[in-house]
Amino acid sequence: MKTLFVLLRKEFRQIFRDPAILRIIFLLPIVQFLILPLAANYDFKNINLVLVDHDHSTYSQQLTNKIFGSGYFQLVANTNTFDDAYKYIETDEADLVLEIPNDFEKNLVRENSQEVFLAVNAINGLKANLGGSYLSGIIADFNKQITLQLTNSSAKNMSGIDVTVSPWFNPTENFKLFIVPGILALLVTIVGGLLSALNIVREKEIGTIEQINVTPISRFKFVLGKLIPFWVLANIVFTVGLTLGYFIYHIVPQGSLLVLYSFLSVYLFAVLGLGLFVSTLCQTQQQAMFFMFFFMIIFILLGGLFTPIESMPEWAQWITKFDPIAYMIQVMRMVILKGSGLRDILPQLGAIVAMAVVLNSLAVWNYRKTS
Amino acid sequence: MKQFLLFVRKEFLHVIRDPKTLLVLFGIPVAQVLLFGFVLSNEIKDTRIIIVDYAHDVASQELTAKIEASRYFDIEKTVLTHQQIEQTFLEGKIKAALVIPVNFYNDLSHNKTAQVQIITDATDINNSNLVASYLSAIINDYQSQLISQGKVSYKIIPEIRMLYNPQLLGAPNFVPGVMAMVLLLVCVMMTAIAIVREKERGTMEVLLVSPMKPAYIILSKAAPYLILSLLDLTAILLLSVFVLDLPIKGSVLLLVAESSLFILTCLTLGILISIKTSSQLVAMMISLGALMLPTILLSGFIFPVENMPIALQVISNIVPSRWYYIIVKEVMIKGAGIDAVWKETLILAGMTLVLFAISMKQFKIRLQ
Repeated sequence: MKTLFVLLRKEFRQIFRDPAILRIIFLLPIVQFLILPLAANYDFKNINLVLVDHDHSTYSQQLTNKIFGSGYFQLVANTNTFDDAYKYIETDEADLVLEIPNDFEKNLVRENSQEVFLAVNAINGLKANLGGSYLSGIIADFNKQITLQLTNSSAKNMSGIDVTVSPWFNPTENFKLFIVPGILALLVTIVGGLLSALNIVREKEIGTIEQINVTPISRFKFVLGKLIPFWVLANIVFTVGLTLGYFIYHIVPQGSLLVLYSFLSVYLFAVLGLGLFVSTLCQTQQQAMFFMFFFMIIFILLGGLFTPIESMPEWAQWITKFDPIAYMIQVMRMVILKGSGLRDILPQLGAIVAMAVVLNSLAVWNYRKTS
Repeated sequence: MKQFLLFVRKEFLHVIRDPKTLLVLFGIPVAQVLLFGFVLSNEIKDTRIIIVDYAHDVASQELTAKIEASRYFDIEKTVLTHQQIEQTFLEGKIKAALVIPVNFYNDLSHNKTAQVQIITDATDINNSNLVASYLSAIINDYQSQLISQGKVSYKIIPEIRMLYNPQLLGAPNFVPGVMAMVLLLVCVMMTAIAIVREKERGTMEVLLVSPMKPAYIILSKAAPYLILSLLDLTAILLLSVFVLDLPIKGSVLLLVAESSLFILTCLTLGILISIKTSSQLVAMMISLGALMLPTILLSGFIFPVENMPIALQVISNIVPSRWYYIIVKEVMIKGAGIDAVWKETLILAGMTLVLFAISMKQFKIRLQ
């Protein structure tokens, strides 16, 4: 026990005596935490639309008025031909082209049915999807409206289904609520993971590891001595982030903080264990950094924060089962936003405990005192 | 000039004689682009929802069948209480619930109006919005079916054409973004340690007493990594064409030229970090810890730049990958020429020059 304390004192001193590192540990995540959540906004209020109205009739007018009255679309230009409109898409000035053909009104009244053409810039799949479905919804609504008008039937004869959408756990559909806990999880992971990955290998590169290797300190204690300081620091960074989140983004954890911190504790052991394992594997800091870069980017992009895990192919969903960040993001959302309890997060907790044990065992096993 | 070539040779040998690192530098970016090209997508597919059917009548069953027929949802039919629905959400098992109340058919046929409720898990807003709008569309469709039964109805049928990406695949959207992100981080990380490592190991003094000009030292440091990055780029492009089925619509030459420019920008940024820092640890924390998330978030391939607050749009201007992402999208996916991307090209060139000038200025030829 005493050796562990001595080790811990050494590690803490090493961190605190390097002001550059200390600044990075705290400033780097906090500055990013204050700026980056503002980037997250999927609220497509201004979908740019070019209108090609060949008909210029009352109905085509009514339809376009309804579209622009919805608040989702913004008229970029009125053009006479589709080719002209297409140029706006090519230059990225427009996302959608709506083309209303000749004799739109005539055909609608005579044949009861008429097509309109929508061309969507589908490189941005999400915007295309949303824009297309908003517009289809508006047109469906318009159909009901004109059917009423043209058949002179009163509203009583119509079968109508009222759809109410209730966005639970985030009724105001606040984007900050959705992104802030996720970003905080990522930042703590990045800082903790990188620092631990660089730590042992740095001693190897500088040559100081040999001094440790000739001491009777056991491999287990050595790894633990490396782990605990970063664990403490990461907890502090997380707490600062949570406090800032409360004051700046008004995020009040709905669930119990005890549950949140219990999970965080184990999670940090897993992340730091991974870092230390990578550190024992590599000979230079550069190698360690690239390994961590490899894992981090994959963990982050497969973590479900930016694109839903369900949208991934089956085999990739399997990979996410080994992604600690995916569990952390799930738990952050569950506990902070929904108020889930310990019982709800048991599957995630089980997985992360297993990861922490495996990764730290690997780190201890792979650390050799012989060179 | 001869001296310079000798220096370049020395740097090359340094890189080549460390095969483990070489493998990592080459393998990682290629693996990542490949993986993300397959994985990232925003489409709604097999989203888990429950249909809470209190009605159990003809209409509710028809509606359920209609939702089942679409390939978007993975449905479970149950009858749960309000508390049980909440519990299912708390466990994170479902993304949405559709609640059909009792007497649904009765209300619909006699009162001519009925209600359904869609409950979404709005902790993941963009997904929940999509789910809600897809579900509403299906319900709308069902409704117009009902209306048209035996009656005259007037309908406008929207015919939707998805330009550039007819199957709405994730790859055309994400591959350019992932390319920009991976190339930036890899290139910055490669050169970020180049000079600081010499400082840390003490070999910097040897360099400084040599008659080489600082500019040449910097250039020779970047040269091997430039070649390596170009190899990375070639592999990435080959993979995206042959494995991810993402053909290069525009001129290959233009794309390679633009990519080389972008790689230069990033390598210079790395050099600057290397000059300004005093240890490899700090250099790497900055090049990875400080650049990773901003590159992901501010390039525009995950969150559209035009939706960001003005202040952040201004900040995103200094992220090189933002411009390169636009270039790749235009040239590779849309097939545009230089006339569409000259502005972005100039910005990247300007950034490179400014970064190089600052590096030169900050490069100290004396030890403290």
